[in-house]
Amino acid sequence: MNTIFGVPAPALYGQVLLGLINGSFYAMLSLGLAVIFGLLRIINFAHGAQYMLGAFVAYLLLFYGGVAYWPALILAPVIVAGVAIVIERTMLRRLYGLDPLYGLLLTFGLALIIEGLFRYWFGTSGKPYAPPAALTGGVNLGFMFLPIYRGWVVVASLAVCIGTWLLIEKTRLGAYLRAATENPVMVQAFGVNVPLLLTLAYGLGAGLAGLAGVLAAPIYQVSPLMGSNLIIVVFAVVVVGGMGSILGAILTGYMLGLLEGLTKVFYPEASNIVIFVIMAVVLLIRPAGLFGREA
Amino acid sequence: MTIAVKNPTAAPDIRTPSLVFGLVAVAALLAAPFAFYPVFLMNILCFALFACAFNLLIGYVGLLSFGHAAFFGGAAYFTAHAVKEWGWEPLTGILLGVAGAAGIGLVVGFLAIRRQGIYFSMITLALGQMFAFICLQVPFTHGEDGIQGVPRGRMLGIFDLSEPLTMYYVTLAIFLFGFFAIWRIVNSPFGNILKAIRENENRAVSLGYRVDRYKLGAFVMSAALAGLAGGTKAIIFQFATLTDVQWQMSGEVILMTLLGGIGTMVGPVVGAGLVVTLQHYLAASDFPVTVLIGVIFVICVLVFRKGIVGEILALLNRPSKKV
Repeated sequence: MNTIFGVPAPALYGQVLLGLINGSFYAMLSLGLAVIFGLLRIINFAHGAQYMLGAFVAYLLLFYGGVAYWPALILAPVIVAGVAIVIERTMLRRLYGLDPLYGLLLTFGLALIIEGLFRYWFGTSGKPYAPPAALTGGVNLGFMFLPIYRGWVVVASLAVCIGTWLLIEKTRLGAYLRAATENPVMVQAFGVNVPLLLTLAYGLGAGLAGLAGVLAAPIYQVSPLMGSNLIIVVFAVVVVGGMGSILGAILTGYMLGLLEGLTKVFYPEASNIVIFVIMAVVLLIRPAGLFGREA
Repeated sequence: MTIAVKNPTAAPDIRTPSLVFGLVAVAALLAAPFAFYPVFLMNILCFALFACAFNLLIGYVGLLSFGHAAFFGGAAYFTAHAVKEWGWEPLTGILLGVAGAAGIGLVVGFLAIRRQGIYFSMITLALGQMFAFICLQVPFTHGEDGIQGVPRGRMLGIFDLSEPLTMYYVTLAIFLFGFFAIWRIVNSPFGNILKAIRENENRAVSLGYRVDRYKLGAFVMSAALAGLAGGTKAIIFQFATLTDVQWQMSGEVILMTLLGGIGTMVGPVVGAGLVVTLQHYLAASDFPVTVLIGVIFVICVLVFRKGIVGEILALLNRPSKKV
């Protein structure tokens, strides 16, 4: 059997793939956080809960409505975004202009409510959610066995990240969003409905989290706790990348996912904390983050 | 960073009522174990001290730490280990917990103060989570089981802490010591500079203050006092577990402070009393506590950001109309 640095090659490739998948979720979630932070100046602590909500909506749609994976992939993020828009309109809106920490505290409270309710209704055990028939099985790539669904997740998340980046950098709506990030008062003076943009941005960010949740459902089990531990890692990713740049958030997500996967191969004990250690090192060397601008 | 409620300036006429209020409160705390279950009261005192230590940072420097559980729970582990495995006397054990918490606080604070505002909160949260993972893996914490059966022992060889009343009065003494220490820090020249940093950091820098050192100093003090609360809790309840180091605990201490009143001396104590009482009564019921905690969070942030004590103080200090 061939080995690389004393590690069997298939094990290495397997962990690299797992790292890529984790990185996909980090990238999608930190992308959503960056979009929300750019406009609302709020760190959305409920992001993990919205990710969990996406997975649960897909599960419930299948279980009670018989809605299959593909429609759920569209429906669940839309529903999560809808919930988020209601939250923005009724609660977050009142906090604009106050210290951003209040937004963090409010969304933290919301995360506790959402997770607490789902834990109360569904318990802590994970619910299995089968991948669609078209994506089951795997292919032998010669050097490793690739489960098709996992490959699909990596491709889909890349597409989503690039799509969001294009939306923000290349479209008219994106230009409004970017302008409102730089100077909301001026943009409003030009006659753009900035409050609506804020609502849309929060809906978009939460919808991305919901989409990540649906994609994650067949890989990890659907459980009320799936979001809370993930979101703390994503916060570390965001600190490393800095939230100034959309592309930076995406790149950092994939990079740290891969590094975490590699750590699992070479020093498994440290795999839980490697991202936090990288965060500490980056803070020592470049406090503003890899792609960040010092505020 | 102006999350903190503007500290009502201590006008001379408020001194005497405060002193009277303080004496009545201490008298009530001395008499309390004859009316309530001592362990319940000691639990409140520990969390009250923890919340006061947390408030030192958010209320007087304007830094929202989301990782204070690491200092509270970390100290609990150190104290429990020293007392159980090394047979240390309880007070020395608690002091070791305080030193350990201060040490972790130095590392976490050194990294976290390199960023400001919301990033500070995320960094403390991430480092706190990292500490929780380490606690799960290193052998001396015994993983999921935690350190169980810590003997209460005799403090200084004199006070038998297995007596509930003795334990209560020792806890009260520790709490009052911690509370007084925070009061002294806040009302010292050092504390004034902290408040200046909270109000306008750039201005403080331009006045020549090394803001980072003041922030780090306050962070380590806050961590050490949180450790004092955690170490004492380990002796009272005779165990140290993962619950005390996880992020939910950091969230709870934020809630206690927010509910009572950020930037007030008494607020965190009131908040801790309310939250612990609530948890005590809900523990037996089927109702999910986290949902209620979340709801209180949302209500506090939306409706009364000054907290209970803060709102009362604002009412009392409302400028009286000229006659």
